[in-house]
Amino acid sequence: MSRYELRFSGAGGQGLITAGIIMAKAASIYEGKQAVQSQSYGPEARGGASKSEVIISDGPIDYPKVTQCDALLAMTQEAANKYSHDLKEGGVLLIDSDLVKVIPAGNFKTVAFPIINTAKTEVGREIVANIVALGAMVALTGQVTRENAEKAVLSSVPEAFIELNRKAFSMGYEKALEASA
Amino acid sequence: MAFDYDKWIRPGKLPHIWCPGCGHGIVMKGLIRAMETLKLEKNDTAIVSGIGCASRLPGYIDCCTLHTAHGRAAAFATGVKMAKPEMNVILVGGDGDGTAIGGNHFIHACRRNIDMTYIIMNNYIYGMTGGQFSPCTPTGHKASTTPYGNPDPGFDIAKLAIGAGATFVARGTAFHANQIDKLIVEAIQHKGFSVVEILDDCPTTYGRRNKYKSVIEMMNRLKEVAVPVKAAEKMTAEQLQGKVLTGVLYKEENKPEYTSEYAKVIERASAAK
Amino acid sequence: MSKKVAFLQGNEAAAQGALYAGCNFFGGYPITPSTEVAEVMSVELPKIGGKFIQMEDEIGAMAVILGAALAGSKVLTSTSGPGLSLKQELIGYGCIAEIPCVIYNVMRGGPSTGMPTGPSQSDVMCAKWGTHGDHPAICLTPASVQETYEEVIRAFNLSEKYRTPVMVMPDEIVAHMRERIVFPEKGEIEVVPRKAPTVEPAQYKPYDTSYGDVPPLASFGSGYRFHVTGLNKMQDGFPTTKAEVVQAEEERQVRKVDANIDDIVTFEEYLLDDAEVVVVAYGSTSRSARYAVNAAREQGIKAGMFRIKTFWPFPDKQIKALATKTKGFIIPEMNLGMCALELERCVQGKAPVLGIFRVDGEPINPDQIVEKIKEVK
Repeated sequence: MSRYELRFSGAGGQGLITAGIIMAKAASIYEGKQAVQSQSYGPEARGGASKSEVIISDGPIDYPKVTQCDALLAMTQEAANKYSHDLKEGGVLLIDSDLVKVIPAGNFKTVAFPIINTAKTEVGREIVANIVALGAMVALTGQVTRENAEKAVLSSVPEAFIELNRKAFSMGYEKALEASA
Repeated sequence: MAFDYDKWIRPGKLPHIWCPGCGHGIVMKGLIRAMETLKLEKNDTAIVSGIGCASRLPGYIDCCTLHTAHGRAAAFATGVKMAKPEMNVILVGGDGDGTAIGGNHFIHACRRNIDMTYIIMNNYIYGMTGGQFSPCTPTGHKASTTPYGNPDPGFDIAKLAIGAGATFVARGTAFHANQIDKLIVEAIQHKGFSVVEILDDCPTTYGRRNKYKSVIEMMNRLKEVAVPVKAAEKMTAEQLQGKVLTGVLYKEENKPEYTSEYAKVIERASAAK
Repeated sequence: MSKKVAFLQGNEAAAQGALYAGCNFFGGYPITPSTEVAEVMSVELPKIGGKFIQMEDEIGAMAVILGAALAGSKVLTSTSGPGLSLKQELIGYGCIAEIPCVIYNVMRGGPSTGMPTGPSQSDVMCAKWGTHGDHPAICLTPASVQETYEEVIRAFNLSEKYRTPVMVMPDEIVAHMRERIVFPEKGEIEVVPRKAPTVEPAQYKPYDTSYGDVPPLASFGSGYRFHVTGLNKMQDGFPTTKAEVVQAEEERQVRKVDANIDDIVTFEEYLLDDAEVVVVAYGSTSRSARYAVNAAREQGIKAGMFRIKTFWPFPDKQIKALATKTKGFIIPEMNLGMCALELERCVQGKAPVLGIFRVDGEPINPDQIVEKIKEVK
């Protein structure tokens, strides 16, 4: 079966749980696949470690957690160190190049660009860094189409922020393609 | 013509469990007279209690009655009132039930100012379990668990209720039987959380340990310590030493009542739908 | 017309299920990891004229829903381990006074404060034995977001049908996991109304057994006046210490569930027809078990799963039948062996019962189960 496993990891407050939810929503509501999103987090609302996992499949999903990760997003050095070990051979690792200086070694493809800085300087708001990251993950994983992912993003954000998020998503998508080319 | 208490008493449920000389029956008669005065509709009146001697009161009265768990009367009653705000909800119970195990529910009912009336029969003791000290037992007094005299300071129920946000607080005594129904009438009429503390007696478990020779002596003590608030205004601090104020101690008309406030929440939510 | 779909968390689905079932009163106290239920109910209930109240503590939250239920409401509270411990006092009250209510409890690590954001399945015994005294217990353990929605509806139905508290206990993984949910149309799933009295108020008794083991329940403020107490009571609701009445009433309360096990118990049999090894699982753990069973089958091992959907009453009959034809049982659970005890009781030594017990806040992964399946010879 076509089980595909993604993990969004970093620090609390970076919006990674939201990014995971939108990825899963894109797959299950718009792409017609099945998806499960789960998460773990510490007691802190901000800071601390945060992890959001998404399983995407053509058929029913039993075990809702990652067994062997196909794609990992790491937004902190700590997350990169902690979670890259169960990344599959041939999998993909996306990191924020400003925050992850020591790149984990392994038989996977690593894609790096300054995710938070892109949000801050090119999109205009640091707060949408998670959507930049999501756009990049959509481009790198190919589990959902760009159109369906964008629909999921736009249906998940307040109306006043639609343009901002659309821009963030596109920017992430494009940057990831460039960086992995 | 004699007052017809039977109209409000459930057939076959008397005699009550209270000891000879206990004041709870006096309070029950006062409550019945108050309900008759206000012509309360029995079907729309809930009487809710916790656990203890005083909390057995609802079983005798022909209304919708709810004898809950120890201390929980105010929280159960809040559910009844929230579900059916049109009902009259009256709570009854003792001092231990209401201010120790039920203390949290009590202060929060006061804080919400939910339109219910709480009649607390304060006999300074846990009577049903055989006379252990309560949060209202005076310092130095004897109880089965304070054989050397009570080291604990006591609560002033009226001050506690006022501090917590109740908007009608009154105090009477079992001796001043004719005042009880008047205080309860005013309390039920008040829109908000009203507390009526009735100083009571427990000759069986409190009186005999504290050198009261008879019920009459205990009743006489209630008579002696009680000073109506009006009379107290003309008395010096010295004269008021050891006295307890009775009558309506506090009344606040402007604080919003909880079920009315929630009705506004429903309006706002419906509008936002 | 296509049905409404959404991508929801287990807790959000639980609140939506309650609303479908006609819940119009919620009383709660904030606690991780169940608070989302209260948050959704605080938004949705006032829109339909229902009532939401956040109480001063967990006991108060249990009390307020029981009071509201007696005044005619369909009621829900949500909590988690430490709150469940506190609520036990009044869950017993709900059992003896026979008040319909639903308690939604998300299982997190324990005892005491334990691991508030970590998953666990260690409240299942508390669901049956938590409150003192003999009493009926119904507890449902859903394994997906859709099932959480549907089981909350079923919990309301069972609570009305049997006039007793019903618990729904997802583990933290199910409660916080998000999946697609398809909402049923109105009327598509049966909603059981409260059995109202048919006699005149003067003749009404709240525990009148001439209507069978589940007497009709009137509500306060509806023209019926009656007495409710937590003491052992007679059919008219007033306390008694008469030995034969107390014995009969206690037995009837328990019989309401015991005599209707087949109506209440639900389960799923997965690849059991030729199974030599049976994994018994519930909640999120059953998802790992299904994965493991499939993996074992690929390796040529005849494994199957018996998934418990209704934890209480326990599916004794089904387990006993399996025990006669199974080489061994595997029980993975996020506690130190609670369901395992029930299994051993039912299996009666006819087959080995091997446990995988995890209380470290991590889910039981499929590999662990596959390894254990291989141990059965």
